[in-house]
Amino acid sequence: MQNNEASFADKKYISGREYVGVNRIEGSLVVVKKTHPVGYQELVEVLDRNGNIRRGIVLDTSDTAVTVQIFEGTTGLDMPHTKVRFMGEPLKLGVSEKMLGRVFNGLGIPKDGGPVPVAEKEEDVNGRPINPTSRIYPRDFIQTGISVIDGMNTLIRGQKLPIFSGNGMPHNELAAQIARQARILGEETNFAVVFAAMGVKNDVARFFIKSFEESGVLSNVALFLSLADEPSIERMITPRTALTLAEYLAYDKGMHVLVIMTDMANYCESLREISTQRGEIPSRKGYPGYLYSNLAEIYERSGMIEGCKGSITQLPILTMPNDDITHPIPDLSGYITEGQIVFDREMHGKSLYPPVAGLPSLSRLMKDGIGEGMTRKDHPHLSSQLFASYSYVKDVRNLASVIGEEELTPLDKRYMEFGEKFEREFVNQGMTSNRTIEETLDLGWDCLRLLPREELHRVTEEELVEYYDSREGIGD
Amino acid sequence: MAERIIGQIKRVNGPVIEVKNVSDALNMELIHVGEAKLIGEVIKLHDDRAVIQVYEDATGLSPEDNVYGSGGPLSVELGPGLIGTIYDGIQRPLDVLRDMSGSYIEKGINAPSLSRDKKWHFVPTEGLAAGAEVKGGQVLGTVQETSSICHKIMVPPDVKGVLKSLSSEGDYTVDEAAAVVDCDGVEKEIAFYQKWPIRVPRPVGQRLPLNIPLITGQRVIDTLFPLAKGGTVAIPGGFGTGKTMTQHAIAKWCDADIIVYVGCGERGNEMTDVLTEFPELIDPRTGKSLMERTVLIANTSNMPVSAREASIYTGVTIAEYFRDMGLHVAIMADSTSRWAEALRELSGRMEEMPAEEGFPAYLPTRIAEFYERAGYMQTLCGQEGSVSIIGAVSPPGGDFSEPVTQHTKRFVRCFWGLDKQLANARHYPAISWLDSYSEYVSDLSGYFARVAGEDFISDREEMMELLQKEVRLQQVVKLVGPDALPDSQRFIIEICSLFKNGFLQQNAFDDIDKFSTMEKQKAMLNLILQYYKRGADAIKKGIPLSKIRKMPVASELVKMKLTIANGDADSFDKLALALEKGISKLEALYAE
Repeated sequence: MQNNEASFADKKYISGREYVGVNRIEGSLVVVKKTHPVGYQELVEVLDRNGNIRRGIVLDTSDTAVTVQIFEGTTGLDMPHTKVRFMGEPLKLGVSEKMLGRVFNGLGIPKDGGPVPVAEKEEDVNGRPINPTSRIYPRDFIQTGISVIDGMNTLIRGQKLPIFSGNGMPHNELAAQIARQARILGEETNFAVVFAAMGVKNDVARFFIKSFEESGVLSNVALFLSLADEPSIERMITPRTALTLAEYLAYDKGMHVLVIMTDMANYCESLREISTQRGEIPSRKGYPGYLYSNLAEIYERSGMIEGCKGSITQLPILTMPNDDITHPIPDLSGYITEGQIVFDREMHGKSLYPPVAGLPSLSRLMKDGIGEGMTRKDHPHLSSQLFASYSYVKDVRNLASVIGEEELTPLDKRYMEFGEKFEREFVNQGMTSNRTIEETLDLGWDCLRLLPREELHRVTEEELVEYYDSREGIGD
Repeated sequence: MAERIIGQIKRVNGPVIEVKNVSDALNMELIHVGEAKLIGEVIKLHDDRAVIQVYEDATGLSPEDNVYGSGGPLSVELGPGLIGTIYDGIQRPLDVLRDMSGSYIEKGINAPSLSRDKKWHFVPTEGLAAGAEVKGGQVLGTVQETSSICHKIMVPPDVKGVLKSLSSEGDYTVDEAAAVVDCDGVEKEIAFYQKWPIRVPRPVGQRLPLNIPLITGQRVIDTLFPLAKGGTVAIPGGFGTGKTMTQHAIAKWCDADIIVYVGCGERGNEMTDVLTEFPELIDPRTGKSLMERTVLIANTSNMPVSAREASIYTGVTIAEYFRDMGLHVAIMADSTSRWAEALRELSGRMEEMPAEEGFPAYLPTRIAEFYERAGYMQTLCGQEGSVSIIGAVSPPGGDFSEPVTQHTKRFVRCFWGLDKQLANARHYPAISWLDSYSEYVSDLSGYFARVAGEDFISDREEMMELLQKEVRLQQVVKLVGPDALPDSQRFIIEICSLFKNGFLQQNAFDDIDKFSTMEKQKAMLNLILQYYKRGADAIKKGIPLSKIRKMPVASELVKMKLTIANGDADSFDKLALALEKGISKLEALYAE
């Protein structure tokens, strides 16, 4: 090239320039030819013939054409009169504490009729990767008051723990219950909830608002709603907008932020839609090859940072298509998140709440957040023992379905009893019950007392003496 | 240097960028893109066009931006200061970046991989003086890098000539000259560090047979599926089956001299976990902190995808460098599937024709190239060193028939398949004893016979046979219930369950159980088989199984892993005695 410095300066000068007329409109994509050099992922404003502004970002830029993805959809745009304005910077969100208690759309524009909050800071919605050396390893136990979570799949502050659910199961109720009951033992903190809804129904959004209202926390909640009847493409940006505010609240304002995102499956569908429109080579089930990296950009925006008081805990909800945990969406999520709470339709069918499947659920950060000084010293071994015994129950049930319950050995019959009590009493607890960690652990021992002492390999002798023998039990 | 312009951007649609007006770019050249100087690499040249990949977020790049060439391929710096450091996928030191840009990784930021300020105490090799003939691999002297690692300063593999001068003992920074070598009239200064392109294996003297095991302290591995030093192994498993936990356990307790841990496209908190935990853990063999033998490469899942592709090579090049000093190195790659997916993503962006599941057709070649960099070698300086590769694989949906697992299986000789069911029962390490295999067993039998005794090998075979028998018996049980089996067969099930709970399952967080020496493993295996043999005899003599199970010593066997520490041979002898007594007592009772 002749004079490179000049072309670079030119670029700054002409950013913000407006073009009238576009060359192609397809799905949510608009192609503009013969522009100045436009930056990749630059923010774009598109004016339709009535002068309404829509926003979009640059997906593909070359010296001949620019492809822009419009968040609000392209309905009503025409080729000759549409004006396109390139802004010369990435999509940013003005953030402030005043955003708590408000309702926004997926791009951060108020939806509740109120004024646009005055921004204290502008942040790139895409975030930036956190340096692993700056992270603090999360180890603060969050008591949710739900036995199967506290006792077996403990939630830790700064964790990302998704709920893998299915259609028709009470994942919203559980998320709301966690938001309502979650607290750190012996600590009063300022907390906030950031709620991102992607493609969910209006009544689901209303359910959450009502639930926050009833527990009196609505003024600490910011809602980003991109509902089912809104353009699917807006969903791509919704979780990013929500997390940008969450990061500001957590790392600039020192708040402990719980981010609830529902439903990640809809987010992934939008991603597939765009990918197909762009003619990309699909990998599994038509999802793009970068689905993993893309989900990671969202899920990894959680945790704690050295020198900052706050934290971001993520509770994404995703409905598994056809209850299939090997479907790419739950599968890739599971590889990124720090565990998962899996719902089981059979448990739901037995009207147990929460219908958490004991075995496939997991919390990876649990090991460092429980035990002496954090919960109780018997917690690690107790939960391991419950998992082991409950897993054997599943084998016994399979056997019973073949040979009949009557034919089981006396020991196996006791396992059946244990499994029954574990599900009916330990797991099943109702939407309003809030158990302390001691109650949860004691209940765990109550269940184990149905089994003979020598079957408990994973707990120590001292723990057996202190918790198994101490109370009147059925054990021998 | 960075002012050589090789072209201008033509098109950007992600980390793969098209460049036009290209005249003198080299293939695989390291480049800097745009005014932010993002790091990248040339991957394809054709006519006046080039395709490049950038290792950072491409947001903001636009057509007509300049691309600057560096004149050489993407390389790593190898020298004192590697150990204990955490790098990203292209060897930028993350702790230095944090001091420069705060908690987030900013774009275009750069820092030398090895500190240019820190001084190291250099001791030249005795007897080496000017006039000596030197070639690649020649040890010029040593630097005590950490209290347990003595870092050898070597002549780079591509230098050969006559030594003109050698620095005397003293403190130097890495970029000062350690020696000057006259290579056919050209004087070359040899610094305390060398640069090596990451995609080129470092040369070695020759490959040697693999016959020493890498002792990991994990019973299921060392006893059932051992890995040789210089060997390769794949650990596939769905999410939640404990790939990372297994890798961490091996990184902590295996008897390698150096650990290179590559977190490739995995969670940020996992790397933080290693960073906070390792400095506090003590290496049982040296008594020093584990961090003093560890190099970390972190390219978490939200960092740019192309750097993920490079991180694996960065890691293995560092491993090879330490091997060249005559050290035994184990490299953990967690996870190679993320690396393969990065290849797929980049290949897709280049619009290459995909093969299986969208992966490029050259995937198997790349996997093979990577695993072949392992081996037990005679190094250029005549010593013996090894690189063992332990690669995690994350198959989608836990299905081992997917391309990455299948191709990896072709190029590794050891396979530790993780089982979802075991993980669900929190049986860790969840290495399935039915799917896994190790082709090193026969190569290593000489070593085991020498160190653990002949009976260890026969014990191992006997146990494997029992486990196979148990599978068939369990099928029967599933149909008709355990009562239908005779006591002798139920006893086999009993023994296998004891073996699984009391031997294979190992608690990584228990102070006694987290690591077992070969002696402890041997003693435990031996006891379990003694129990089997004596018990089976007793059953033949008509003693009911329920009586044998009720012996107090039986429940002690299950817990011996937790109650008897490494090196406590007496307790094992006592237990063996108690077992013998218990059974003899029963036999006496029933003989009457």
